[in-house]
Amino acid sequence: MEQDHSDVGRQQIQQTNSQLTWQNRLDHVLARLGIRRGNHRVAPGLYRLGVPDAGSPVLVTANYSLSFDALRSALAGHDAYLLVLDTNGVNVWCAAGKGTFGTDELVRRVQQVGVSDLVSNRTLILPQLGASGVSALEVRKRCGFGVEYGPVRAVDLPAYLKDHRATPEMRQVRFDLVDRLTLIPVEVVSWFLPTLLLGALLLLLGGWRLASAAISAMFAGVVLFPILLPWLPTRDFTSKGFFLGGLMVVPFAAAASAESPDLGALLRVAQMLAYFTLMPTLTAYLSLNFTGSTPVASRTGVRYEIDRYVPVMAILAVAGIVSAIAVAAFGR
Amino acid sequence: MQRVSPLNSLAFDPGLCSGCGTCVEVCPQGVFILQDQAAVVTRPDDCIECGACELNCPSAAITVDSGVGCASAMIWGALSRRKVPGASLVVPCCTTSTLDGSAECT
Ligand code: SF4
Ligand code: SF4
Repeated sequence: MEQDHSDVGRQQIQQTNSQLTWQNRLDHVLARLGIRRGNHRVAPGLYRLGVPDAGSPVLVTANYSLSFDALRSALAGHDAYLLVLDTNGVNVWCAAGKGTFGTDELVRRVQQVGVSDLVSNRTLILPQLGASGVSALEVRKRCGFGVEYGPVRAVDLPAYLKDHRATPEMRQVRFDLVDRLTLIPVEVVSWFLPTLLLGALLLLLGGWRLASAAISAMFAGVVLFPILLPWLPTRDFTSKGFFLGGLMVVPFAAAASAESPDLGALLRVAQMLAYFTLMPTLTAYLSLNFTGSTPVASRTGVRYEIDRYVPVMAILAVAGIVSAIAVAAFGR
Repeated sequence: MQRVSPLNSLAFDPGLCSGCGTCVEVCPQGVFILQDQAAVVTRPDDCIECGACELNCPSAAITVDSGVGCASAMIWGALSRRKVPGASLVVPCCTTSTLDGSAECT
């Protein structure tokens, strides 16, 4: 690799381009499946995209491969410097929330790679979602570079770079159907084993109907919930989950009551109780956990939901398990 | 400082605001708009407490108890008796599930 004078004694600048290879795409698929978590990284440091010169923009991103690839592929045909911060392979938004995509790391990198020797401008363009980890004022104070917050999404960068203005549209986080669908595979992968174990346990305990009820409730929480999120009534995640889980109960409860006419009245109540407590609780718990995967949940909101609903879930779960055991023990 | 919504901890003091427009720029939820050289809170309930506005406001006109709105992190934190994040705790989902989807995270 060629060596600039400005590189001497500093970290080498790497070359990159806007092409996504099949290896990149495979890496993206694996990342979205949650396979090899934490391994989707690129080396932190400075990259040349195309043939940047002293007048080229400097864009900052995280060393998560999806973030880096989104940035470089969005900038096809542009010459720029890409400064990659070490966020331990975590995306910009989540890393900013934890402070790893932050003022300290940014200032350290800028000085380490000697950005000021390479460009004549004194502006760093950051993704807007990095703003919760970076204080623009402090960056200027500490390394002389001003921070400019670009659009939320990398695809809007070409439009943004024309006049360095972002429309309100570009500044707004969306969480539309496609965004929500992309999250489903990783959720499915991470809940697969617990679902299987729970299904097997219930199969032994209460038969295949109970097992498939539990699996359906999990399916509702992991797959249907993200899809239906904006259309479920109520505002908070958990009650939306209870609602969805309640809907899932209906066919099971109907089928169960139709097929076991010889159960006594008390056991019949217990059977219904088991369905109507366990399924909604399961779905609601998964729905509550989905908050962390969204850009629309606040900490106060989530804390409120935990305080309010987790005790309820615990009570319902115990009631449901006791009922299910009673049905299993006396209902045969 | 005046709290703006019962649903979150965002507080804003219009008296300190210089009207620079930074909060309008950094907020991912469109909570602020700029009107007659001053920030105005137009969507108070939508704040997700990311903290970007407080961290970047040059006039210290905004405060918010910022943090990550992630139930798994909080439940994990409570169970393992560690401090709720902020900064310290990393739950398994942090490396992948969250938002790494889409080009949200450039
Ligand atoms: S960032 Fe601060 S000073 Fe600037 S407009 Fe917003 S509140 Fe006012
Ligand atoms: S904390 Fe984040 S979401 Fe809330 S107003 Fe500030 S920038 Fe907007």
